[in-house]
Amino acid sequence: MADIKVSNLNLWYGDFQALINVNAYFAQKQITAMIGPSGCGKSTLLRVFNRMNDLIEGVRVSGEVLIDAENIISEKTDLVSLRKKVGMVFQRPNPFPLSIYENIAFGQRVHAEGLTRFKLDEVVQVSLRSVLLWDELKDKLNKSALTLSLEQKQRLCIARLIAVKPDILLMDEPCSTLDPQGTSRIEELMRELKNNYTIIIVTHNMQQAARVSDETGFMLLGELVEFGKTQDIFTNPKDKRTEDYITGRYG
Amino acid sequence: MLRHLDEELKGLHKDILRMAVFAQESIFKSIESLKNRDQSLAQAVIDNDNNIDELELAIDEKCIDLIALYQPMAGDLRYITTGMKINAELERIADIALDISQKSLELMKKPLLKPLVDIPKLSQVAQDMVRDAIDAFVKRDARLARQVVLADSEADRLRNLVQEELINEYLARDPKTADRAVALLLIARYLERICDHTTNIAEDVIYMVEAKVVKHHPEELK
Repeated sequence: MADIKVSNLNLWYGDFQALINVNAYFAQKQITAMIGPSGCGKSTLLRVFNRMNDLIEGVRVSGEVLIDAENIISEKTDLVSLRKKVGMVFQRPNPFPLSIYENIAFGQRVHAEGLTRFKLDEVVQVSLRSVLLWDELKDKLNKSALTLSLEQKQRLCIARLIAVKPDILLMDEPCSTLDPQGTSRIEELMRELKNNYTIIIVTHNMQQAARVSDETGFMLLGELVEFGKTQDIFTNPKDKRTEDYITGRYG
Repeated sequence: MLRHLDEELKGLHKDILRMAVFAQESIFKSIESLKNRDQSLAQAVIDNDNNIDELELAIDEKCIDLIALYQPMAGDLRYITTGMKINAELERIADIALDISQKSLELMKKPLLKPLVDIPKLSQVAQDMVRDAIDAFVKRDARLARQVVLADSEADRLRNLVQEELINEYLARDPKTADRAVALLLIARYLERICDHTTNIAEDVIYMVEAKVVKHHPEELK
């Protein structure tokens, strides 16, 4: 388990400042929702936590992001172990074009070389069970993951993360391609998982943020405008910009 | 940005104000009927009760529709839930005015027990409180709403005065006055209940404006 402490975080894409002096604390065993209009910096913030922004040319970052007392934006950070610790689920489920079994075993081969087949089977089973897919898929483990439904694929992607035992799960619009039923099942899964992980979800769906999260942060133009208990943000936001955004007056 | 919800909320606001006007008229007419021994005013209150009940149901339905269809948040959510509560309080107030009207009709058939002094005072306090509570709702004025809550003690004081006088001067001395004295006692009690419902409205307005719960938390009134 790990929490995230963000202090004076700034991020630039070339000349454009995408994050402006962000300070926040993401607690363990909680779901934190990040909301805000497109381009406000919420996905950028998420990608700071597993250093995905490094892939973009011209990115500069300053400030401090502590995970387990380690400043992960430092150049010395080992990215392979960081990304094992901080897993990410994307908008569109992106299983590897491999079998269901191999999708989960893949991470083990990277992070835990030399596992016996027996041990690997166990990891696959435990991971699929934790996303409630085992009963559905236990007889189809050798089928291609690409044959699954969108929701199953998203669950599989979460199982693939869980297999490498991360502490933090980042979810960037994880339900935006799912139907209402799929969405509600992924939300249920998030509630189950929060007992063991620090979860941060970026969502455009205000009702989803209200339903699943314990804390909510509202971002606008790169700033973290307001951060607090979800209940307070949605019934009594302190900042007028938050009120305008969540009541649909922003724009 | 103008939202469709704003149009809907305007409509809801108008309906709640209509409800408030109905309730205020009912109190006014019931008290005037008592003071002037005017049967037609009391009857008007009784006759209008159905309209008030129907409007209450329509407002309730509107609020539930808005919650279901728009999933309102923050200030919108507080406005709609407060509107629902105020609606219910106003309907209760109108019902109590109807009770007063019925007692007024009963009393008209009998000789006057005494000239009314404190009951009209109490009814004025009640009407002022209702007016201010509705004003506070319309203007989103939490300060005025707080004054309404604090005014309730004056209503309690007047109710006690009426009670003492009726018991000591009439009921205790002459049992033959009992029917009229009890009717007046009940009217004082009804007026005081109107003030209690109005206090609830004012407390709801404070929640709507400030998101603070003052109901059962007197320390939050400061």
